[in-house]
Amino acid sequence: MNEDNYLNAGYSLRSWFFTTDHKRIAILYFASLIVFFLIGGAAATAIRIELVTPQADLVSSDMYNRLFTMHGIIMVWFFLIPSIPNTLGNFIVPLMIGARDLAFPRLNLLSWYLFMLGGGVTLFAIFAGGVDTGWTFYTPFSTLYSNSYVAVAVTGVFIAGFSSILTGLNFIVTIHRLRAPGLTWYRLPLFLWSLYATSVILVLATPVLAMTLVLIVVERVLGVGIFDPKIGGDPLLFQHLFWFYSHPAVYIMILPGMGVINELISCFSRKQVFGYKFVAWASLAIAALGFLVWGHHMFVSGQSLLASLVFSFMSFMVAVPSAIKVFNWTATLHKGSIRFDAPMLYALGFIGLFTIGGLTGLFLACLAYDVHATDTYFVVAHFHYIMVGGMVTAYFGGLHYWWPKITGRLYSEYWARTAAVLIFFGFNLTFFPQFILGAEGMPRRYHVYPPEFQVWNVLSSGGAVILAIAYLMPLVYLGYSLFFGRRAPANPWDAPGLEWQTPSPPPEYNFDTQPVVTRPPYQYSPDFAAEPQNA
Amino acid sequence: MPDVEAFAPQYASIRHRDETAELGMWVFIATEVLLFGGLMLGYIVYRHAYPTAFAAAGRHTDIVIGTANTAILLTSSFLVACAVDAFAAETRKICITLLSGAILLGLIFIVLKGIEYSDEYREHLVPGINFSFEPANADGAQLFFVFYFVATSVHAVHMLVGIGLLAVLARLTYRSPDSRHRAALHSAALYWHFVDVVWIFLFALIYLPGRST
Repeated sequence: MNEDNYLNAGYSLRSWFFTTDHKRIAILYFASLIVFFLIGGAAATAIRIELVTPQADLVSSDMYNRLFTMHGIIMVWFFLIPSIPNTLGNFIVPLMIGARDLAFPRLNLLSWYLFMLGGGVTLFAIFAGGVDTGWTFYTPFSTLYSNSYVAVAVTGVFIAGFSSILTGLNFIVTIHRLRAPGLTWYRLPLFLWSLYATSVILVLATPVLAMTLVLIVVERVLGVGIFDPKIGGDPLLFQHLFWFYSHPAVYIMILPGMGVINELISCFSRKQVFGYKFVAWASLAIAALGFLVWGHHMFVSGQSLLASLVFSFMSFMVAVPSAIKVFNWTATLHKGSIRFDAPMLYALGFIGLFTIGGLTGLFLACLAYDVHATDTYFVVAHFHYIMVGGMVTAYFGGLHYWWPKITGRLYSEYWARTAAVLIFFGFNLTFFPQFILGAEGMPRRYHVYPPEFQVWNVLSSGGAVILAIAYLMPLVYLGYSLFFGRRAPANPWDAPGLEWQTPSPPPEYNFDTQPVVTRPPYQYSPDFAAEPQNA
Repeated sequence: MPDVEAFAPQYASIRHRDETAELGMWVFIATEVLLFGGLMLGYIVYRHAYPTAFAAAGRHTDIVIGTANTAILLTSSFLVACAVDAFAAETRKICITLLSGAILLGLIFIVLKGIEYSDEYREHLVPGINFSFEPANADGAQLFFVFYFVATSVHAVHMLVGIGLLAVLARLTYRSPDSRHRAALHSAALYWHFVDVVWIFLFALIYLPGRST
């Protein structure tokens, strides 16, 4: 273990809460995200318990509305969006590009404070009485009819949005300006391409949400009708503005996950990523096309048929770069010398779950089928396959992969593999039945349902128990490894990336001497140690 | 002046640091474009839906103050551009004078905006607080004025931030006109010009509809 590292550079509270070290800020984000994940997970648990029986027995209808709203708001804005970028990204980006920090370290710290302020305001809204509009804040629920804490929750999300923008800005500038000598764009590990694409969306989409939320608060607080049809306002305009952010936000939530998977797949099959340039440009293509598909959330909202046709077509188009990635990962595995370490199990799980999530997305992009499936559990299952099966699995995969680098400790491989397998089975048992429920017509956001749906709901809730236990397991064995784990060497996976060429945990300024990059990424070989990028 | 030319460890040189700062401001401006873009899209949708009401409402705005403010803001941008050019140890007095002029013009803009708001309050043009309009166009006009107030007040907040930035930089220029502050002034100037450009769009959208007939 490196005796002079960022973790023992200072022990005071001040050295953590006023740090500008990207690694420490990443740790601050890790800790905060665990709390938000547990709160959002608690709401999900309550929902699944309620749905075990067809009657309402645990909570009232009003409480149920507040539960799924809370689950959505917390999980989307306070877990999924910051998950990989702000924790793994914050920690790894400067290391991967051979820099000593992000371009704007103080902005990075400000971003964490804004995030915590936004989170605090939102939690206040939730615990003071909750919000019952659903996470989408659709008008006129959010403006005219809701008696809950909409304005406060919206303010919290608004503040957290600026934290996203600052992170995106920092990554864009860092990747442009702080690459090590010799690290050309086509030598960047693909994790950086995907974070770059994510950052573009963060910077360009988030402000539109911010302005839309301002309009909601103005309408609600001043009582003027911006989206109110009574004075000629257009509630659909809200949906357009909201999804102009929130659909690209879906790609904020999945692109970083895809980036992590590139690193894992190539490392544990000891091969270069197949078709590097295609995968790199697919990230940017997803980011660009992702801005042109928001209308597929509104096929039944009354937009014109022509608009629906165009949005449907564009939604099929955006599946192309996603498919390129899946095919290229599969081709990377081909003839690789594959090792089933825990991160690789997560990566393989990701490919399966993401593929199911992606293909069911194509069902929903079909105009005719979407009419049937809108607002059913089919949609719920689809996006959970992407967000939870995809992003959360990738998050855990990346966390295990870089854990030795972040903490300088090795975790128990046995428990890590067990958790990875349990997550995969628990997840499928939870969410696959929901496809069937949705196809049979069970609507989302109701807690009372006809008795014939019960068997699938019981299966789903049973799976949720396994999933919940599997998600808590890493907390135990990773926590244990922090104190009792074996010391990690600098490069436990024999990986060529720059982040592995510095001690674990890294010194305060990452590298003792400026690394100079001489070769493309992923120069693995099946039987020899990988050639470092700066050798 | 100890250590003024030191730079943070993630940069290779002073020049590297300064260029990076400028790129940061450009990315920030990109995000700002979309912030105002969402708002203007909403405005355009409603103007398309209610052309007569928007024209009628547009005629109730104060074109004299609006035009004066446009001229004031363009002039202040010119002064800031000159100040960037005049940034050097030997010409720092000129630079500070130019910045003070720009700040003064910015404050005049805010004051005129305040006068305009209070006139609109007296003429019952503030939706939600004090609003009445000829019944035929009342709903559309209310939408117009909601966007008017949201857009101009968000713009005014940006103006206040900009005035604050210029004031801080005037002081820093006085204390130590080094390359770090040159880069900061350059970025602040970009921001100020951007706020100016936003106003040009708002001016055309808010004050000009309905004036040609």
